[in-house]
Amino acid sequence: MAQITFIEHDGTEHSVDAKLGSSLMLAAVSNGIPGIDADCGGSCSCATCHVFVHSEWQDRVGEMNLTEEAMLSLSPDRKENSRLSCQIQVTEELDGLIVETPEFQF
Amino acid sequence: MSEVIAQEHKQSKWSMVGKDPYSMPIEEIDLSHPGIWQANQFLPFLERLRKEDPVHFCRESAVGPYWSVMKYKDIMEVDTTPDIYSSEPTIGIVDTFEEFTLPSFIAMDRPKHDEQRRIAQPVVAPANLKNLEELIRKRVCRILDNLPLEKEFDWVKNVSVELTTQMLATLFDFPFKDRYKLTYWSDMATAIPGGGLAKSQAERWEAIEECLAYFTRLWNKRIKEDPGFDLVSMLAHGEATRQMPPEEYLGNILLLIVGGNDTTRNSITGGVVALNEYPEQYEKLRANNKHIPNMVSEIIRWQTPLAYMRRTATKDTELRGKEIKAGDKVVMWYVSGNRDEETIVRADEFIIDRPNARKHLSFGFGIHRCMGNRLAEMQLRILWEEVMNRFHTVEVVGAPERVYSSFIKGYTRLPVKLHSL
Repeated sequence: MAQITFIEHDGTEHSVDAKLGSSLMLAAVSNGIPGIDADCGGSCSCATCHVFVHSEWQDRVGEMNLTEEAMLSLSPDRKENSRLSCQIQVTEELDGLIVETPEFQF
Repeated sequence: MSEVIAQEHKQSKWSMVGKDPYSMPIEEIDLSHPGIWQANQFLPFLERLRKEDPVHFCRESAVGPYWSVMKYKDIMEVDTTPDIYSSEPTIGIVDTFEEFTLPSFIAMDRPKHDEQRRIAQPVVAPANLKNLEELIRKRVCRILDNLPLEKEFDWVKNVSVELTTQMLATLFDFPFKDRYKLTYWSDMATAIPGGGLAKSQAERWEAIEECLAYFTRLWNKRIKEDPGFDLVSMLAHGEATRQMPPEEYLGNILLLIVGGNDTTRNSITGGVVALNEYPEQYEKLRANNKHIPNMVSEIIRWQTPLAYMRRTATKDTELRGKEIKAGDKVVMWYVSGNRDEETIVRADEFIIDRPNARKHLSFGFGIHRCMGNRLAEMQLRILWEEVMNRFHTVEVVGAPERVYSSFIKGYTRLPVKLHSL
């Protein structure tokens, strides 16, 4: 398991124990974390699992593929530390990861 | 005169109305003709194809040969592979006439698609929607408060059309007194000549040209003003769009009008139809308003206001063992995927607290996923909140009349009676 902290737009923090090998999105959704919609169920097709990765973790969450880049590029709220959480795999390395969820999923 | 033409069309050799999909050779099944859609006879056709020929080639039809993709998973694959399944030159099943081509980003591939979508998006982004919520609620309340109780009227005309028209006028900052032109132009843009609304292509075109002229005047006005948050202003001032040729501007305007028009309209009507067909769901709703947001997604799934989206293969490819050739027309039947029991449990049923309700295909997936989806949901949510505040039942008291189209899955009339709390 890896401990992940999700911080909502209004500052509310949620900590979950995420299963290794699962996606960050599934860790959120299966633990009822608000702020992540994941309409497509994790196939990188909707961009509603958008999160902001805290800077010190950015290089540890893995590389972005072209499909994720394409979907994220259309998000009006995209920031430099934006990722689609369905594309981030939970590993031991990510124990302690902190991400923020946006005010809106679009 | 137009009625006679419409009759001929409906009795055309291509119509499947009255046919049993299970008693005919499967190769003859053709979903493209509007007949079975207007007659509400389409479900068994979708079912047979899903079961026996999920990637189905129709050799002969009024729109030429085309593939039908019927299963949820296959539709997802096509929708999320835009490099192979292009949106150019059109996302409609009818191949465009050269002289009537209207470019808009729904029918563009990357990178042009992305450039244009990014400009229009902010106006319907949730951050902007927050600003619109109060205005929408005010308008909903005014419409609902003016409806007659215990007296039959047409829900489509008095609620569905009225509400979406007002919404469109707001998005474009369009002169409110002229707002019905938006509905008219949108309906003409998608009309099938001879189907009841437009007698001919020329008549369609006349309406579309009137639309262009009006919006050109609006453009010329807005370009002189400071950039605003309405759609015209955003297009007139946006870096990637202010140089666009008139056909492209018109194409995008029509896209936004059509996108925000009958889809939302038909979901508003569809919700009433669904709740009447499933009275125990209506009871569930009465017992707890908290179901409304999830119900909105379920309405959109159950109704599937756009039955399909079409793509064109850019290269030879394979889908579920079928060989698709470069240039082939590939039609994703969203309405079929939304009723696919392999992916969606009890798919034909309307269940307002269905889990994973947002997973439906009605907005599409991938880079073309409906940009207005949150706006549509918001309108529906506010409508049902205010309906439940006022009426015990919106009762359907006559047969729904449906649109003559295999694309627009909607209603032209719904007789209802309101019963207060």
